[in-house]
Amino acid sequence: MDMDLITNILFAMVRTGTPLLLVALGELVCEKSGVLNLGQEGMMLMGAVIGFIAALTTGSLIFGVIMSLLVGMAMAMLFGLLAIQLRANQVATGLALTIFGAGLSAYVGTDYIGQALAGFQPMLIPLLSDIPILGKALFSQDILVYCSLGIALAIWLFFRFSRPGLMVKAIGESPYSATAVGLPVIMTRWLALLFGGAMAGLGGAYLSLAYTPLWAEGMTAGRGWIALALVVFASWKVERVLLGAWLFGLASIMHLVLQGMGASISSNLLATLPYLATIVVLVLLSSNQSRSRLLAPMSLGKPYHPAG
Amino acid sequence: MKIAIERRPQDSSLMKYLSPVLAVLLTLMAGSVIFALQGQDPWTGLYTFFILPVSDSYGLSELGVKAAPILLCAMGLAVCFRANIWNIGAEGQLLMGALMGSWAALSWMDSEGVWVLPAVLITGTVAGLLWALIPAVLRNHFNTNEILTTIMLNYIALNLLLYAVHGPLKDPHGFNFPESALFTNAVTLPLLLEGSRLHIGLAFGLLAGVCIWVLMTRTFLGFQLKVIGLDASAGHFAGFRERRLVYFSLLLCGALAGLAGISEVSGPIGQLVPSVSPGYGYAAIIVAFLGRLHPIGILLASLLMALVYMGGEMGQIDLGLPLAMGSLFQGMLLFFLLACDFLISYRLKISAHQPPAHGHHAGVNG
Repeated sequence: MDMDLITNILFAMVRTGTPLLLVALGELVCEKSGVLNLGQEGMMLMGAVIGFIAALTTGSLIFGVIMSLLVGMAMAMLFGLLAIQLRANQVATGLALTIFGAGLSAYVGTDYIGQALAGFQPMLIPLLSDIPILGKALFSQDILVYCSLGIALAIWLFFRFSRPGLMVKAIGESPYSATAVGLPVIMTRWLALLFGGAMAGLGGAYLSLAYTPLWAEGMTAGRGWIALALVVFASWKVERVLLGAWLFGLASIMHLVLQGMGASISSNLLATLPYLATIVVLVLLSSNQSRSRLLAPMSLGKPYHPAG
Repeated sequence: MKIAIERRPQDSSLMKYLSPVLAVLLTLMAGSVIFALQGQDPWTGLYTFFILPVSDSYGLSELGVKAAPILLCAMGLAVCFRANIWNIGAEGQLLMGALMGSWAALSWMDSEGVWVLPAVLITGTVAGLLWALIPAVLRNHFNTNEILTTIMLNYIALNLLLYAVHGPLKDPHGFNFPESALFTNAVTLPLLLEGSRLHIGLAFGLLAGVCIWVLMTRTFLGFQLKVIGLDASAGHFAGFRERRLVYFSLLLCGALAGLAGISEVSGPIGQLVPSVSPGYGYAAIIVAFLGRLHPIGILLASLLMALVYMGGEMGQIDLGLPLAMGSLFQGMLLFFLLACDFLISYRLKISAHQPPAHGHHAGVNG
């Protein structure tokens, strides 16, 4: 393999990992507060389709991004209404959100299939983008990739150093003790959930506005689910989410790597790799039962019944 | 006037059965609004969606054709969900049944023996079962979350199917279309009704329903499944072997879904195509919940879901509505169901004046 190929593979790895990173960061915050939202795939699809339609009709990519954030939040509100307010089972509600999002996005996007859009273009950062091998991967990307890195840093700082970050963690570990010391459990969970929705919407918009600037039914192809696995993989740690997202990005572009090595394998078979990688990673990480129990937020997925 | 939420002293069994009916009504109402937004008369829309497809005998037989795979998958899923095992993988298990069953059918279809069709069906069933064995082993021995593994296996199964129809199982005389050769009569399911496409797969579904009813209400195994579903630690203390129950329910569901898959290709479709399933395995999840995990309920819900599929097609042909309207109806159904289920454990109290200061609020006992 020559240098050019490695440079290009790293570039594609970061690009492919970005939607996973965005969605997983949102879900990480959400899960830290104790809410397990399995509806990522549905929120992503809605973000992708609404972002695309908004950008196409107004000609403004930024407007598309804003709309995708809002629609992601609206979808998360549906989840919150059922799972936080009506205390429905979080697993079933998440599934419902995914099925609903798949149906609604397909319905809304019917007239936009096959239309094309000039998506986000790479923005080269002077000097840094000339660094051999890493320059192209990290400093010649589009603005959403830079945003994803900024958000990752912000969330890391939030949990590491801020009081509200500590509050979210406390509520995720034990909502009842948190209530006892006067923390607003329901409100915090709502905010974390809405943030997760916005990030999932943004992840979807990355696909339809930057990665492949078009809309196709079910275009997320399970990325929402992979992002959920990624949070487990990362043991609820921000820096590992970043690393994991890029590793999964690499697994998704293995066809590039293998073509570069001169191997020819059916593209359909290679397409199974990110899913296989997800299973393998889950197996490796979950087999130690006590470890996974220690790392997950204690109240994850359990409805909270305020006494009163 | 004030509306308060109050926890019921005990769950309402009336609401348990009324909630799916309410959910269907709410879906129809929301559907009417969507029809109106599309510039259609809501009544015409609802009529085209839910009455027109089954207004003749051929339509009724097609309802059975569409319901058959959903019924088989949902019966298996009901057993899993009862035991609190979140198998989302019926879609992949169905596709693997279709794929491996087709492979068997294409290999043996030129021999004339009576064993050929049963052998093909068994191959498909076993393929589905083995595909479900993967998440069962992973859950039992590696503590892996079955939701994520079964979803991933769905995507893997779909890609394997695409690989097969583009490669090894592609019809050599098929002008390079991604399809297998047409099946011969030797590997085609017998029809239940001449002049229709209604095949014996529906009978498999009904039979499965009876067996699962017996299993869940009349056997110790069914009792154990229900217990670990309600309270896993209670089952553990009672000495039930949870791993065996996980294996049983996942493998049973996989086998039924695999049978559904091979029944589709050797029944109404007649060859292996990329679009074997328009999401039957996912629709079956909704059906299992809507049918309250009970065989009779599931039968009714699968007919409704089949009708939604047919209505989606009819709406596209007659009214020019997007085909995805059907998927939208599916999504709304599950949402409304979960919302209505709130009324099983809670009730709304509407009072004309302020409640007393120390009134009961939601979750007092929680």
